[in-house]
Amino acid sequence: MAAPGRTPVQIRELRIELSRTREDIVDEISLEIRAGEVLGLVGESGSGKTTVGMALLGYCRPGGRVAAGAVLVDGRDLSELADQVLRSLRGGLVSYIPQDPGTALNPALRIRKQLLETLETHTKLSEAERVQRMRESLGEVALPSDDEFLTRYPHQLSGGQQQRVAIAMAFACRPKVIICDEPTTGLDVTTQARVLQTVKELCRLHSVAALYVSHDLAVVAELADRVAVMYAGRIVESGTRDQLFTTPRHPYTQRLLRAVPDLAGKRTVLGIPGRAPLPGNRPGGCFFEPRCQLAVDACRQSFPAATMLEPGHQVRCYRAADTAAGVTADEAAALPGITAGDSVLEISGLKARHGTRETLFDIELAVSRHECVALVGESGSGKTTLARCVAGLHRDYTGEIRLAGAVLANSARRRSSEHRRQIQYVFQNPYASLNPRRTVGQTIARQLQLFFPGSRREVGSRVSQCLERVALSETAINRFPDQLSGGERQRVAIARALAAEPALLVCDEVTSALDVSVQAAIIDLLRDLRAEIGLSILFITHNLALIRNIADRVCVMTEGRIVETGTVTEVFEDPQAQYTKQLLANTPSIEAALGHA
Amino acid sequence: MSRFLLRRLALGLLTLLLVSVVVFAATQALPGDAARAILGRDATPQRLAALRAQLHLNQSVFSQYGHWLSGMLTGNLGTSAASQQSVSSLLSGRIGNSAFLVFVSALVAIPLSIVLGVWMAMRRDKLADHVGSTVSLVLAALPEFVIGILLVVVFATNVFHSLPAVSLIPPGDHAWQHLNDVILPAATLVLAVTPYISRIMRGSMIEVLESDYVTMARLKGLPERTVIWRHAVPNAIVPAIQVSALQLAWMAGGVVVVEFVFSFPGIGAALVDAVGNRDVPVVQALTMIIAAVYVVLNVGADMATILLTPRLRTAGR
Amino acid sequence: MTDTALTPSAAPMAPVLRQRQWLATLRTALGFTRTRVGLLIFVVMVLIALLGPLFAPHSPTEFVGAPNSSSTGLFGTDTLGRDVFSRFLYGGRSVLGLAAAATAFGVALGVAIGLAAAYAGGVADEVLMRIADVFLAFPQIVLALLVVTAFGPKLWLIILTVAISHSPRVARVMRGAALQVVERDFVRAAEAVGEKRSRILFAELLPNVTSPLLVETGLRLTYSIGLMAGISFLGLGLQPPHADWGLMINENRLDVTVQPWAVLLPVLAIALLTVGTNLVTDGVARASIGVDRS
Repeated sequence: MAAPGRTPVQIRELRIELSRTREDIVDEISLEIRAGEVLGLVGESGSGKTTVGMALLGYCRPGGRVAAGAVLVDGRDLSELADQVLRSLRGGLVSYIPQDPGTALNPALRIRKQLLETLETHTKLSEAERVQRMRESLGEVALPSDDEFLTRYPHQLSGGQQQRVAIAMAFACRPKVIICDEPTTGLDVTTQARVLQTVKELCRLHSVAALYVSHDLAVVAELADRVAVMYAGRIVESGTRDQLFTTPRHPYTQRLLRAVPDLAGKRTVLGIPGRAPLPGNRPGGCFFEPRCQLAVDACRQSFPAATMLEPGHQVRCYRAADTAAGVTADEAAALPGITAGDSVLEISGLKARHGTRETLFDIELAVSRHECVALVGESGSGKTTLARCVAGLHRDYTGEIRLAGAVLANSARRRSSEHRRQIQYVFQNPYASLNPRRTVGQTIARQLQLFFPGSRREVGSRVSQCLERVALSETAINRFPDQLSGGERQRVAIARALAAEPALLVCDEVTSALDVSVQAAIIDLLRDLRAEIGLSILFITHNLALIRNIADRVCVMTEGRIVETGTVTEVFEDPQAQYTKQLLANTPSIEAALGHA
Repeated sequence: MSRFLLRRLALGLLTLLLVSVVVFAATQALPGDAARAILGRDATPQRLAALRAQLHLNQSVFSQYGHWLSGMLTGNLGTSAASQQSVSSLLSGRIGNSAFLVFVSALVAIPLSIVLGVWMAMRRDKLADHVGSTVSLVLAALPEFVIGILLVVVFATNVFHSLPAVSLIPPGDHAWQHLNDVILPAATLVLAVTPYISRIMRGSMIEVLESDYVTMARLKGLPERTVIWRHAVPNAIVPAIQVSALQLAWMAGGVVVVEFVFSFPGIGAALVDAVGNRDVPVVQALTMIIAAVYVVLNVGADMATILLTPRLRTAGR
Repeated sequence: MTDTALTPSAAPMAPVLRQRQWLATLRTALGFTRTRVGLLIFVVMVLIALLGPLFAPHSPTEFVGAPNSSSTGLFGTDTLGRDVFSRFLYGGRSVLGLAAAATAFGVALGVAIGLAAAYAGGVADEVLMRIADVFLAFPQIVLALLVVTAFGPKLWLIILTVAISHSPRVARVMRGAALQVVERDFVRAAEAVGEKRSRILFAELLPNVTSPLLVETGLRLTYSIGLMAGISFLGLGLQPPHADWGLMINENRLDVTVQPWAVLLPVLAIALLTVGTNLVTDGVARASIGVDRS
């Protein structure tokens, strides 16, 4: 075993349970992180990755408790320490960078106070030295440290600045261990790239052992030295970054990587069927077995033990010997070769405003029949406003939106029923776009009644057809949205839109609230629907890599303007606008990260 | 920020103006003749005519309202129909007594509720919290006259005989000269408002204790003392201030029933008497005063909220 | 290609046929001891109020003995010599009936205003809330007294006034609850397909605010009981010789030393009724937090 000084983090056979039911949230977790090393802990939502991160701080969220195993930080077992000692370690020896600094910084305290109080609690520095250290830390994260800045409150900083303050706070006491809990969620790619760079440099500079918890494989590929993959509360595979990304051996890791869209467009995304089992509902054998194509009898009997494939590369799978070939990669399937017809949607000279602020300028855009046009831009670029103008949900615009040649009224309420039927909108967040008090069947039936009034029986059988089209079984009819997973909800939302038999489907960030494996499945579905029923789609996204998998043409938006339009290949391979180039360069990508290494 | 404050102030004034319209409209709808109501059945037609002219009853409703409002603003509250005294001299002593009663009650109730609220939040779901919650639920449900009468039965008439059941304060004396007579009415008001403020404080404290920034403060390894008093309480206290102002304003109305129970010589008992006598000028003056207290306290609470919330305070700078 | 647990091969979820939202809330609420106690008290008091007159030994206005005698009947006689127990059994109907009517009307009005304001937003919302502010400036009892001054103690007017004084308070709560729902995309989805405004208010928004509505109704009923009893207690509501709990307290309070039952019986009845209502309301409020989170 490595000396504690060189390996400040050692987790052995850790088990954390729900204290009420004794069901495990995570179990059999063993990890080591050496000084100066970044370990990426990857998993989808509910995999228990954050729980493991918190355990390194000796902290369990209310309702959970450490039931077995040991967490050693700098050689000391956290479970054996008194609360008082534990508290003195937190923020000093081990520190934490939160997911959302917007809520993790205290809104009632100035930046200066929040930075200094950690130093007051954990160091023996004099006051002058503390101020000195604070300014130094802010300098390290490229923030100003003048008095004006220090007297600000968190809400007076941008999202990127808030995250830098949180990072400065975490490094101020020179900790030996840092836990980063998805610290770049919610930042745009340019800011994300800078924040990641900062974290990486600081970890090297101060020889910190860092645990980087994330669902984003591309980010982890750029940042981590080693990677551990979690699934349903277990670590199923771990290895160096290169081992894990180039020769993944666990079927889950392989499928997960196949679900990540690829900026270079060499492969299509592939979803993972089924869903991860929740605590208390986990099968007897391997937890991935119900979703695994390689499963054999042994997989149903017991959870496989870890096997060492090569130094540093461990995997928990009975079929590890047979997975070396990887998932048989589908051809980078060409998009459905449907030739574009005449225009469905034409937008010309569109300007929009929110109150007194202009948000869209001179938008020109057209979508042809059977075509999928992607509208890509970062948050605040105006892409959602544009989509809402098209759907008649944002009325405050000038210019023309034409549907098959006819000019549309600004507000949905004043459009004809036929126009409303032909444009259907799928919203970003399926947790908000379905009425939680209505069953799936009621939601879709209402849509049918609105546009195709008919008898109860007719409607009933058509509801089933609609669900079938999005690969949901009829049993979904009587479910309420909160009984469905995110992916299932988004399928219902799509089924509702398709029930109207629209000419144009407006998809507003339809996968951004979903896990990557579910995202891939939804993209799959949309591709199939395009092939089957020749749907025209306006696909709004911030995720460049996704576009390659779905769209024919791309419009790049920033600050309310379309700065570049072209076919997918043109824009990705030979971008013209400065902004597009920058966006492509800053987007994290597994391939690019490995190439650099 | 100052623009926001000015806007709030303007809205408060507008509300007061509309309140005066409601009060005037409600009482002007009185069937019958105000002059006859004041002078009684056997007044001579000459005196009736003279009084009507004096009260502007023969002018349009709008100019009557104008006269009435300007009177209100200049402190000329009219003449009591029942006693023929000027309303302002009739009420001046009583306003002082009621203000003192409310002030004493608030001085006890507000700090008590905030401490109780924080204390229950920190013992959330433990026995103390359950007992506290149940007691406050029971107290919050009881109408104030029920609390008052139960206090009388226990402390004045039937069980102990230690406090006066009726506040016998001689006319001309002030309430603060007869503290013994203030205890039971004040206790009633305290018992009536404490459950509300403490429950809000408890809820807001629990919410803050669950917030990311309090978790973050703990993960920074700060002592629990600092976490509670520096990170949690300043954020939790704002809703309590709002509800305290509302409860203070409520007390201005709550005194109506409480003073009646104890025959306490304040504006509440005066209002009940005036309503019984259909003494319109007194009812108008008192409802205006009570509504004004509400508006002023609300504007004050909003301003305090702005000053205590950095996000609001620094907005528009 | 499916990520769904709804395909037949996948592990079947427990067959859940969910009840309506508010039923689920009530069911959860009845899991709390405090709520069960509250419900018991409430039901007993309502039964006494409704069925009491059937068991009264005397007419409520009949003179059965000497004033303030404690030997006549179960609880003696009141200040005029009527049977206290009979007047108590008769005196609940008016309190409960007036309170229920004022609650129903006030809540209905408040819900309509609150939902409309939340959905309309902008100027309409602002105007509705400013008008609400004007009515909020009057403590409820003061508004009732103002109306009594103008029109005399007419019952329907008192009901109407209490209801109207409830409505801005209910409206504020419902508006607050609805504002969070209005933001959600399913309302946009309904707009995009051209649903009527009334349908959006009552078919999309209302079913999502049933929990606060239930809580608010309970709260308003508690206050209505107190207010109605209070107005009678001040002698400005129901007039003698009517048997009414509030009025009984008013009539007998000066003789509480010699004949405590004539005061205590109605006081305790009002107390139990309001406490029972409030305990049930609290249970519903606590249950709805859990139900809404799921």
